[in-house]
Amino acid sequence: MPADPSAHGAHAARPEELSTAQAAAALPGTATAGRPAPQRLAQAALKDLPWEVGVAKPDPAIVVDGVTRVFGGLTAVSVDHLEIQRGGITGLIGPNGAGKTTLFNLMTGFDQPNTGTWSFDGKDLGKLAPHQVARLGVVRTFQLTKALSRLTVLQNMLLGAQGQRGEGFLRALVPGGWRAQEKENTEKAMDLLRRFKLDAKKDDFAGILSGGQRKLLEMARALMSDPKVVMLDEPMAGVNPALTQSLLGHVKDLREEGMTVIFVEHDMDVVRDISDWVVVMAAGKVIAEGPPESVSQNQAVVDAYLGAHHDAPLTVEEEDRVLAEVEAEIAREEQGPPRVPHANRSDEKDGLV
Amino acid sequence: MSELLDAFAIAGKAFFGFQAIFFALLAIGINVHFGYTGLLNFGQIAFAMLGGFGIAISVSMWGLPFWVGVLVGVAAAVVLALLLGLPTLRLRADYLSIVTIAAAEGLRLLFRSVSATPVTGGTRGLSAFNADFINLAPWDPAGRHQILGTSWSGGELWVALIGWLLVTVFSLLVWQLMRSPWGRVVKAIREDEDAVRALGKNVYAYKMQALVLGGVIGAFGGMVYAVATGSAIPDQYQNANTFLAYAALILGGAARVLGPVIGSMLLLFILQFADTGLRALIDNGIIPEALLSSTDVAQIRFVLVGLGLMLLLVFRPQGIFGDRREVMLDAR
Repeated sequence: MPADPSAHGAHAARPEELSTAQAAAALPGTATAGRPAPQRLAQAALKDLPWEVGVAKPDPAIVVDGVTRVFGGLTAVSVDHLEIQRGGITGLIGPNGAGKTTLFNLMTGFDQPNTGTWSFDGKDLGKLAPHQVARLGVVRTFQLTKALSRLTVLQNMLLGAQGQRGEGFLRALVPGGWRAQEKENTEKAMDLLRRFKLDAKKDDFAGILSGGQRKLLEMARALMSDPKVVMLDEPMAGVNPALTQSLLGHVKDLREEGMTVIFVEHDMDVVRDISDWVVVMAAGKVIAEGPPESVSQNQAVVDAYLGAHHDAPLTVEEEDRVLAEVEAEIAREEQGPPRVPHANRSDEKDGLV
Repeated sequence: MSELLDAFAIAGKAFFGFQAIFFALLAIGINVHFGYTGLLNFGQIAFAMLGGFGIAISVSMWGLPFWVGVLVGVAAAVVLALLLGLPTLRLRADYLSIVTIAAAEGLRLLFRSVSATPVTGGTRGLSAFNADFINLAPWDPAGRHQILGTSWSGGELWVALIGWLLVTVFSLLVWQLMRSPWGRVVKAIREDEDAVRALGKNVYAYKMQALVLGGVIGAFGGMVYAVATGSAIPDQYQNANTFLAYAALILGGAARVLGPVIGSMLLLFILQFADTGLRALIDNGIIPEALLSSTDVAQIRFVLVGLGLMLLLVFRPQGIFGDRREVMLDAR
């Protein structure tokens, strides 16, 4: 496996960050009722950055360079340069068809770009298949939830565990070789299920869960692999408000645990609430990035969402003027002497009404 | 009345006979493909044909020992699975089904063609390759044995014994695999490939392993058939057999270890009972000759099986062993 030696480098960076995150988290909890400190880490690091597209981050986990993806004549994604801060929550927003999901697909190996490269912790991800990307610690969820219907909730969870000995064909035949590991994984899965309040459903088929529970299950399943980067594609779509709050809490928890989170979302309140940094895409390009509060003031973002010519096509005055001109012309043709357009207009209008 | 009892006894022999073993092995293979992994293999009979002809050609044409023939058959099935899988398993499920159905028909036509006659015996096929195996029987292969009112030759009994042993071994293998993490991955692939990819599993490799495993089990089915009949004729391996095996699998219940086995036994029992039973009724004049002549029976019994399957799918879509809740999840 070519990825292995460099994977150690990634590991080396992580515990150190985890420990700082945990230390910071422990302090306010014991002393005063302060805000959770880990959020501060990413936020503080990003505070002084200029609000401009492609800005370099102090500690990027993912770096995207010159990625384009063309479907026929349509350029779905064309990102020159983008860095994602490690340990932070990055919101990816944009109108429908902006290329957010396509960018997700590219970054996780589900789609191949026409040009460009991107890397995670300095390792090139450009040529990897989806499962290889996942093994490096970059897991994703899907916009249309992919709960594995005819597997139980617990089986769904166990599937997420990495490095399972019993997943090899021959080793599967010797239960002694994987029983112990399976037991460990089951305990871990049950812990996660309790955290996501799905433990009572562990033996139910995933297919009978509600839409929101499926979203929870999908997120919990992704966490079984101990990911370093979690990419959530519209985690709150079609979820009721109460569950949205709990999902939000879970996403924030990921950050507390030192994971890097990238998520696509349409609800601006949610984005403002949890993101440390927001990247705005439109028509395949990154048109703005910055802290959440910067984005709503950005003219390019307003234009992208509302259309660049978001003034009304014709004002009342303009309409009146055009109408008057036309009528004047008609009048000229019908009668010899031209009349005063303005007076004519009000006459006609009275007559019509 | 005694004729009906006879019909029941004859059908009982079919219940345990080599044809039930043949279909059971085909269906166990299809169960691995379709039931567990979600691969639509519509050409399972091609694997069986390679199994049967693997032995036949090795022994009759190349003069190799019987057991080498078995290995040749298995190897041929593995190669076929790889050839079919390599280009199609990266694509959507339908491509595999198209390629397998074409391969099954194409291989049969190739084997019966004039140019292949020096190797495969053409339309007349090959024979006299099973003596080494039959002679291993611990009893006299030519002697008759009466079991529950049915008469078996020693050779038939020996083939049936080893055949059911194979069915047991492969059922245990499938059972063990499907309760392991390997089986969990494979079942997850059936539900949604992309979700499994996103969790770091090499979906392509798992699908290939499942395709090879199911194909090899099917090849053993073909070997049992060839050894039991003592001949390998390309036209015996019509692709209709694949669909009968599917019928058996659905009757028994897909994605259940015993589903394909019990399904095949019942299917053969029903076919045989309908055959002899209807003939007896016609001979006794209970069914008037004008309505149904004994020459129509061979066709009518398949109609009856079809009707039965329709009723089964309406009232018990999960088959005999299936879990209704599980099947109903698909309806969402």
